[in-house]
Amino acid sequence: MYEFDYQKAASLDDAAKFLAAHDDAKLVAGGMTLIPTLKQRLAKPSDLVDLASIGSLKGIAEEAGGVTIGAMTRHVEVQRSDIVRRVIPALAALAGMIGDPAVRNRGTIGGSIANNDPAADYPAAVVGLGATVVTTKREISGDSFFTGMFETALGQDEIVTTVKFPKPQAAAYQKFKNPASRYAIVGVFVARTGQGVRVAVTGAGPCVFRVPEMEAALARSFSADAIKDIAIPDDGLNSDIHASAEYRAHLVGVMARRAVAACA
Amino acid sequence: MTEIGTPVRRREDYRFLTGQGTYTDDINRPRQLYAYILRSPHANAALRGVDFAAAAKAPGVVAVYTGKDIEADGVGGLPCGWLVHSKDGSPMYEPPHPVLAQGRVRHVGDPVAVVIADSLAQARDAAELIQVDYAVEPAIANAAGALRAGAPQVWPEVPGNICYDWHLGDPAAVEQALAKAARVVKLDLTNNRLVPNAMEPRAAIGDFDRATGEHTLYTTSQNPHVIRLLMGAFVLHLPEAKLRVVAPDVGGGFGSKIYHYAEEAIVTWAAAKLKRPVKWTAERVESFMSDAHGRDHATHVELGLDVDNKFVALKVSTIANMGAYLSTFATCIPTYLYATLLAGTYTTPVIYAETKAVFTHTVPVDAYRGAGRPEATFLLERIVDLAADELGLDPAELRRKNFIPTDAFPYQTPVALQYDSGDYFSTLELATKAADYAGFEARRADAARSGKLRGIGIATYIEACGIAPSAVVGSLGARAGLFEAATVRVHPTGSVTVLTGSHSHGQGHETTFAQLVADGLGVPIEQIDIVHGDSAKIPYGMGTYGSRSLAVGGTAIIKAMDKIVAKGKKIAAHLLEAAEADIEFKDGQFSVAGTDRSKTLGEIALTAYVPHNFPHDELEPGLDETAFYDPKNFTFPSGAYVAEVEIDPDTGTLEIVKFTASDDFGRIVNPMIVAGQVHGGLAQGIGQALLENCVYDHSTGQLLTASYNDYAMPRADDLPSFALSTHATLCTHNPLGVKGCGEAGAIGAPAAISNAIVDALKDYGVRHIEMPATPEKLWRAVHPQNMAAE
Amino acid sequence: MQKTVSLTVNGKPVSATVEGRTLLVQLLRETLGLTGTHVGCDTSQCGACVVHVDGEAVKSCTLLALQAEGRSVKTIEDVADGDTLHPMQEAFRDNHALQCGFCTPGMIMSALDLVKNNPDPTDREIREYLEGNFCRCTGYHNIVLAIKAGAAAMRGAPVEPHGAAAE
Repeated sequence: MYEFDYQKAASLDDAAKFLAAHDDAKLVAGGMTLIPTLKQRLAKPSDLVDLASIGSLKGIAEEAGGVTIGAMTRHVEVQRSDIVRRVIPALAALAGMIGDPAVRNRGTIGGSIANNDPAADYPAAVVGLGATVVTTKREISGDSFFTGMFETALGQDEIVTTVKFPKPQAAAYQKFKNPASRYAIVGVFVARTGQGVRVAVTGAGPCVFRVPEMEAALARSFSADAIKDIAIPDDGLNSDIHASAEYRAHLVGVMARRAVAACA
Repeated sequence: MTEIGTPVRRREDYRFLTGQGTYTDDINRPRQLYAYILRSPHANAALRGVDFAAAAKAPGVVAVYTGKDIEADGVGGLPCGWLVHSKDGSPMYEPPHPVLAQGRVRHVGDPVAVVIADSLAQARDAAELIQVDYAVEPAIANAAGALRAGAPQVWPEVPGNICYDWHLGDPAAVEQALAKAARVVKLDLTNNRLVPNAMEPRAAIGDFDRATGEHTLYTTSQNPHVIRLLMGAFVLHLPEAKLRVVAPDVGGGFGSKIYHYAEEAIVTWAAAKLKRPVKWTAERVESFMSDAHGRDHATHVELGLDVDNKFVALKVSTIANMGAYLSTFATCIPTYLYATLLAGTYTTPVIYAETKAVFTHTVPVDAYRGAGRPEATFLLERIVDLAADELGLDPAELRRKNFIPTDAFPYQTPVALQYDSGDYFSTLELATKAADYAGFEARRADAARSGKLRGIGIATYIEACGIAPSAVVGSLGARAGLFEAATVRVHPTGSVTVLTGSHSHGQGHETTFAQLVADGLGVPIEQIDIVHGDSAKIPYGMGTYGSRSLAVGGTAIIKAMDKIVAKGKKIAAHLLEAAEADIEFKDGQFSVAGTDRSKTLGEIALTAYVPHNFPHDELEPGLDETAFYDPKNFTFPSGAYVAEVEIDPDTGTLEIVKFTASDDFGRIVNPMIVAGQVHGGLAQGIGQALLENCVYDHSTGQLLTASYNDYAMPRADDLPSFALSTHATLCTHNPLGVKGCGEAGAIGAPAAISNAIVDALKDYGVRHIEMPATPEKLWRAVHPQNMAAE
Repeated sequence: MQKTVSLTVNGKPVSATVEGRTLLVQLLRETLGLTGTHVGCDTSQCGACVVHVDGEAVKSCTLLALQAEGRSVKTIEDVADGDTLHPMQEAFRDNHALQCGFCTPGMIMSALDLVKNNPDPTDREIREYLEGNFCRCTGYHNIVLAIKAGAAAMRGAPVEPHGAAAE
């Protein structure tokens, strides 16, 4: 790691002001992606601003029929939360598939979505459930939050505070893991909601994306059979030593069908 | 009293379980400095200049050294320990292997400079200030590619990149037999390149004592004396008397910690220059680009069978990737540890093997768990399965038909080895029974009903262990003897210290060797201390690899105990006023045959050190004996493995439903430790078959798998539990009858898994799946319309 | 810039001056001499560095020392009760669940974290929980047996005959 100054933010206001005044400062939440990145000297922040002592960023609440999760809530807390398991069990299950237990004991939902790793799991849930990301400045719909590989709609001094997940009628997440990193080679989140069906895919492309053809077909008939003939084009999908774009395209179909079946 | 054969709990565990192990990186010396090694990011580049002026002035930096400093001080290159000759009799090409690059870098990770500073962070910060002017040139990472006309040349003086072109056997006899064969089965296959990945990264600390002139190297080594010899004699030109090498607790080796590495020489040399200790510890990414890799063969194999389905000839042509330089034992792996095993468990009468060893712009390749024998077993067991498939025979039956009969030992193979003992029928029988091989088709049908493809695969193996008879290996080009040494020191109070030249980095020597001594001398195990890993304490040692510790190191201990008993008998005869020939030794008692007059070992020992009435012209004081043991032959463990797998055709995901292993390791001293060795070997073999792959970008020589994000290590949830059994035929040429067990799992598992996969996919016309059999490969195999895109 | 960090390590208050980039594992190993916690990779995967922070397993190579301010850290050195091994350590020894010993401290800290949350885990649950702990020596077979046996001992259940010795 390059040397940096460590700052413990006392409040969100403090953190936002610090970010506004220091272009090269970075927030640290759980640090599960950031610290390995720093160790490899792939980033050189001037300061790390730790959000860990801001109590208002933590916690899980049942609100408006859905679930609201504070940005600094750890994966293990979502995985084990009675509220999440009752209201959106697929979300608890997804949290339990992130990283490994020690990573889930530190990693946070806010950190994960703000980082927007193309193979991270949470973006699939945020988009798949049509969640709303609440920041220090505004509310951003899940669909417009993730803008590209490691890119989000967040401004330099804007901080995620909570994520609001509406309750679906049914939802499921299916993940095909990279054998080495255990990130998603393909992860598909399917949710049946009052406003229709959502199919969100992570791992396959540079950024989480929806599959409108599948959503339309599932809206007509919510069954695995309904999407069995929908081929995902492999144009623009990721291709690496672990999985070609073509294989990823195929896996999107398989994982989507399995997720639909798991919703039953 | 007998400790042999019992699962004695490990005596080394307490310190490891409580965090009190002492690994190299746990050691800190007063006034210690830290070294960071700047490595080449390019696979092939001329070094036009290294400007380290800014780095030298950076905070905390004490020194920056480059290849020029190494050259100015006359530091030698890393030597290769085995000379192989080509078919035409010419010696292999041995390129220089400088510890810091001299004018050119030849693989990603090649050391260019070392920065030494008060802290590691300062050294690393300063290394970023070094400006290296690289003239990057085209690189070649793939051995077959390196043989093509016009390929980049790794060494200008080696046209075609061929280190040697070696062969073994009678090519004419093999061609003739193949021409007459009723059937010839052919296959091209690769043995994928692996990174050993011991969990403890390599580390080294150099220290220099100005008062005594003694150099000390603490290092993560499987064989500290070998490092002392190589580094002292060839690299730093230090007298062994003034060079101490300590390999303390070592966190796994699997071959990768046999070799003498540049960093060991750099810290020892720098510590003497700076008169301060210098510590270096690899980051994992450095391990990937500097630890010797394993395997990396491309092979064409042909097996001939007669009308009775007996093997009549085997022909094997292999291209072996050496990397950019020759690591310590690299050259013997694809030759003498490989081709000599191609008879396997079979009576194939004529065998011809040829190996082209090829330089590429990659990390040097050397022995990794099994070393040559996994490669031999893999191709042999694949071609036998393919033959069974082509002939419509049960693979078990075809194997039995060709096994060396149990009454045919000692058995001389056509590829130089003489097997002393074995019973391949029994291990196959045990394994197939335990695996319910006979009931498999019902399970296949069950799986098919739920849409899954199930397959079963057998592999048998033979390995040459107990490395090695010095005369034999010497005649084959080894530049070292491969004996082992031990000292058994009975203290005046009767407790025993054993100094062994073997080295434990997980194998449990402190327990197994203590069992031998408890059994041999009748001393309670608590009173026995096993010491290893320090050239200042141990008389000599060739170290631990090639499943040699018990067969060779253990025998050296037995031989030293024999000398203790012989001396004890002399002392007892004197004390008991009896003839030496009448003294018997049993369970720690020296007694006069046929009487009740006896002395305990403790009494004898006390007298040996308090020799008030010794006849000193006949009897020396002391009870301390050293033996060097050089084995007469290799040992030949063997076994049969059965893998049962289930493939999900929708995704290509594979599950190992059951893995059954039956091994012949000769006599077993500690069955608990032996089972652990098999488990670990199997995990590495399965890792090779399904997960692990070291991948280079062929056009740039960039290492694409340089972290655990890309190199798939076997995890707990990738593996099944294993069903083990053993059947012993004793080794005939060592007193314990032991054969060695460290490598078996890694040797037999890849073929068993691959055979099971091909069996599962047989309805899809699959003849072979290259390792690792990733989900995508398996998915493509069942969706052949997608093959073209690969 | 150097800062002071104060925390509890193995029940004792500790203060040290560290850089912002100093990792918890560096504080433990280099400043406090607690070398039982190991470093086996740079990418937070191998788990040799697992310690407990406020009772939960975390990777000490992926936590800044300053992030542990005010926290309570427990390392492998504080698991045994004096010279008496913890039942989980004893189970590892009894089932030959360690060979080179390098991954063992992290394995045990993870095993204790698992059993705290799941006192009677199945083989599958154990294998899945060890996703972040690599062992290159044992093939995990005996680690799974050990964690089952250790869990049984911790909850006072009769200990089944161990697999390692039975073979």
